[in-house]
Amino acid sequence: MKPTDIKNPDYFHKVVDCQWACPAHTPVPEYIRLIAHGHYSDAYMINWKSNVFPGILGRTCDRPCEPACRRGRVEDEKLVKGKKEPVAICRLKRVAADYKDDDSIAAKMPKAPAKNGKRVACIGGGPSSLTVARDLAVLGYEITIYDQDPKLGGFIRTQIPHFRLPEHVIDEEVGYITGIGNVAFRHQKVESMKAVLAEGYDAVFVGSGAPRGRDLDVPGRKEAAANIHIGLDWLSSVSFGHITKVGKRVIVLGGGNTAMDCCRTARRLGGDDVKVIVRSGFDEMKASPWEKEDAIGEDIPILNMLVPKEVKHEAGTIKGVLFEKVVAKYDDKGRRSLVPSGEPDEFHECDDVLVAIGQENAFPWIETDAGIEFDKWGLPKLNEATLQSTNKKVFFGGDAAFGPKNIIWAAAHGHEAAISIHKMLIGENVEERPGPGVTVLSQKMGIHEWSYDNAPTIDHRFKVPHRKKEEALKDIMAEVELGFDPKLAFEEAQRCLNCDVQTVFSGSLCIECDACVDICPMDCITFTPDGEEKELRTRLTAPAMNPTQDLYIGAGLKTERVMVKDEDVCLHCGLCAERCPTGAWDMRKYYMEMTHAEHACRKQ
Amino acid sequence: MTYIAKPKLHHPSLVKNKAGYTRRDYEGAVSTLCAGCGHDSISAAIIQACYEIDILPHQVAKLSGIGCSSKSPTYFVGASHGFNTVHGRMPSVLTGANLANKDLMYMGVSGDGDSASIGFGQFAHSMRRGVNMTYIVMNNGVYGLTKGQFSATADKGSISKKGAANSDEAIDMVSVAIMMGATFVGRSFSGDKQQLVPLIKAAMMHKGAAFLDVISPCVAFNNHAGSTKSYDYVREHNEALNRIDVIEGREEITTEYAPGTTTMVQQHDGSILRLNKLGEDYDPSDKIAAMTRIQEGLRSGEVVTGLLYVDPTPKDLHHHLNTVDVPLNALNTPDLCPGTAALDRINASLR
Repeated sequence: MKPTDIKNPDYFHKVVDCQWACPAHTPVPEYIRLIAHGHYSDAYMINWKSNVFPGILGRTCDRPCEPACRRGRVEDEKLVKGKKEPVAICRLKRVAADYKDDDSIAAKMPKAPAKNGKRVACIGGGPSSLTVARDLAVLGYEITIYDQDPKLGGFIRTQIPHFRLPEHVIDEEVGYITGIGNVAFRHQKVESMKAVLAEGYDAVFVGSGAPRGRDLDVPGRKEAAANIHIGLDWLSSVSFGHITKVGKRVIVLGGGNTAMDCCRTARRLGGDDVKVIVRSGFDEMKASPWEKEDAIGEDIPILNMLVPKEVKHEAGTIKGVLFEKVVAKYDDKGRRSLVPSGEPDEFHECDDVLVAIGQENAFPWIETDAGIEFDKWGLPKLNEATLQSTNKKVFFGGDAAFGPKNIIWAAAHGHEAAISIHKMLIGENVEERPGPGVTVLSQKMGIHEWSYDNAPTIDHRFKVPHRKKEEALKDIMAEVELGFDPKLAFEEAQRCLNCDVQTVFSGSLCIECDACVDICPMDCITFTPDGEEKELRTRLTAPAMNPTQDLYIGAGLKTERVMVKDEDVCLHCGLCAERCPTGAWDMRKYYMEMTHAEHACRKQ
Repeated sequence: MTYIAKPKLHHPSLVKNKAGYTRRDYEGAVSTLCAGCGHDSISAAIIQACYEIDILPHQVAKLSGIGCSSKSPTYFVGASHGFNTVHGRMPSVLTGANLANKDLMYMGVSGDGDSASIGFGQFAHSMRRGVNMTYIVMNNGVYGLTKGQFSATADKGSISKKGAANSDEAIDMVSVAIMMGATFVGRSFSGDKQQLVPLIKAAMMHKGAAFLDVISPCVAFNNHAGSTKSYDYVREHNEALNRIDVIEGREEITTEYAPGTTTMVQQHDGSILRLNKLGEDYDPSDKIAAMTRIQEGLRSGEVVTGLLYVDPTPKDLHHHLNTVDVPLNALNTPDLCPGTAALDRINASLR
């Protein structure tokens, strides 16, 4: 195999599984260490730079980082007394937001420089538009954000119930962006792209989300319309206080996170008998496992494999919904189809139905001759890296770009679109993307001293304390999760394995004494004759069974063997470096920050 | 030394052996020896060997003398019996322990100072007596604890870290062991676990005096140019005569080997040592040929390694003394004091 090129920033980035999995590539282990040390403001600023909404994401993120977390691969069920669990990365982010020093954060916030004379419009006031606004306002651009709702925030504000995300958190983090200066908000529903373009903006960013909730199409839908609500619109009306109650018996259709928010909101607005009814099986539901758990915890049953067939009604009053029972069948290509099981239909009585069976993009306001082409699914044709549409002045991001995703993707898109807009407006090639900023620094402090806590704990994942159920269900504004206190946060932070502190090997210094092989608790180091990767993986000290994780190949040894390290299960405990007599192993912190518009001319 | 304990987390593929333990269960405390010490590799090889032959840790007794090597029993098989004896006196304490309870598996761990200088006589006599044990010398040719003077196994002409040449003849431990009557003698290198682990396994299964001389570079004081016990020197001059595989009693031998490439040696307990030839023809059961080959190696500057000598039907100390089958420490008062009638019978037989 070829010796590993550790100068390629992707190599060590990939070892930091959480950061690699995060769409915005937030330097997770670094901020977790800062939390452990009580430096909450510094931890907050790392997040703020990278993902813009730490307080919001710390409560609502889809957490792509957590399934990627190394602890989920290396924990031993018997030792930790429970199943393998990742570090609670998302909820630690909230700790940074909860305990930061607000005055020092305010002082650290950037201020807009003198205007550079260029104007950018952002359509939609959600996370992607706000990210574009932040990245460009600090460069002197004049930003105008359009939104149909009276306050900025988009889906963050209208779709996420306040018992999950209190409004003051949204106000605060939106305020950090508008506080930069050069950001104007126009409370106006955009009806025409051509009209916006006619205002002479230098660039237009579309972050208008995927605002259309899919409707139910069964007999009785029209007749019982008064008691059938589209989940997205209903949540939004609840958020703005237009709806304050719901019937006692509520059926929520759909298995995504919107369905979970609908059912839990219904429980707080007078719904005593609320149930979620889903077409698919429980495990295939789109909702995050923890959101399902929270719903079940509020006495909301989730019924599966039931397809709505007919809404029963009498004289315009809803009586209930009839469901056909189905089973999942898989064809030889593994594709699933739901076929009737032949069992009798099930009838569920109800007073209200909330439909949360999906959401769609909708751009009725973009004229066909605005120079923006759409594909057959109704999504704009975009360059995936630059997010530029076929109209060179118009960029898309967030759910408006590739269909419904989540907040962290919206922030990542916002950063990329801002880079594109800036590069275009300073006359650079938009397709040349800037490389990340990387520092690699030895963590050795003394003979056996490292600047990080290298002893891995065997604590099981700590649970975030919740408000008592009786209290939580009484008040729709009462936040259910109370967040980690500093002590719990410290203990949970200590579970982080510091995967960004990398094992760096220098073959020219190695005397092949085997000290690292002998001490490695995970048996991940081997000195062996070189070979092809597939075959090499089978003859290591312990087999390297996860092909998605790299082998680190170190060459330059006197015996002409190679050092092979399986990155899959390394604990980053640093014992290899500690037991190395010659310093051939070193523990070096790899800090990688994505480049934003501010340094967009940085070369790859 | 290392400040943090070895984490308890382990590779997901770690499996239990027939005794119900994983390899990690055979570990001891984290080593306090210098980083890179060959002794730590030997400890790791002992751990691997004990795991592979399904040793029950509580049936092992580790005894050692004084020195870096003699600290190492703390770092392997933590759940066994241990005795850190007086300098050079490990062999006699081990002999006594073996006499008292022959059911334990004895492992003597010593160094070149402990066995070739202060305890040279004890070493020789324990071999002579055929004590059933595995005697491992972690041989680095230098007194590490006193900052790097030549030991009695340092080769004549080798250069110390400070630049002085050694003018004394070296004691060749394997030659002495064979001459004194050890029935299993091997030499290996801490940096070659493929060779070392099977040798330790075979030695532990051998029912007699088994001796292993393991060259173990001292990274702090004897790993420089001019040393004959450095990693580089041993790798360059290592002349391995064979590699062995240990086949435990009931396993069926199914693989076929090209004629002349392997030799099978059946041991007393039914286990078989398969010797894989590496180059020359070498018969480790021929004592005189073994002595000759070792001497040739010394003359030409080779470090001859592998299984050098084995007597497949060894006799041990208990056999020589014709002791009872029950371990002596398990005999109870009626066995030891059979009463007046028995005494009278004995006295009568002597009149």
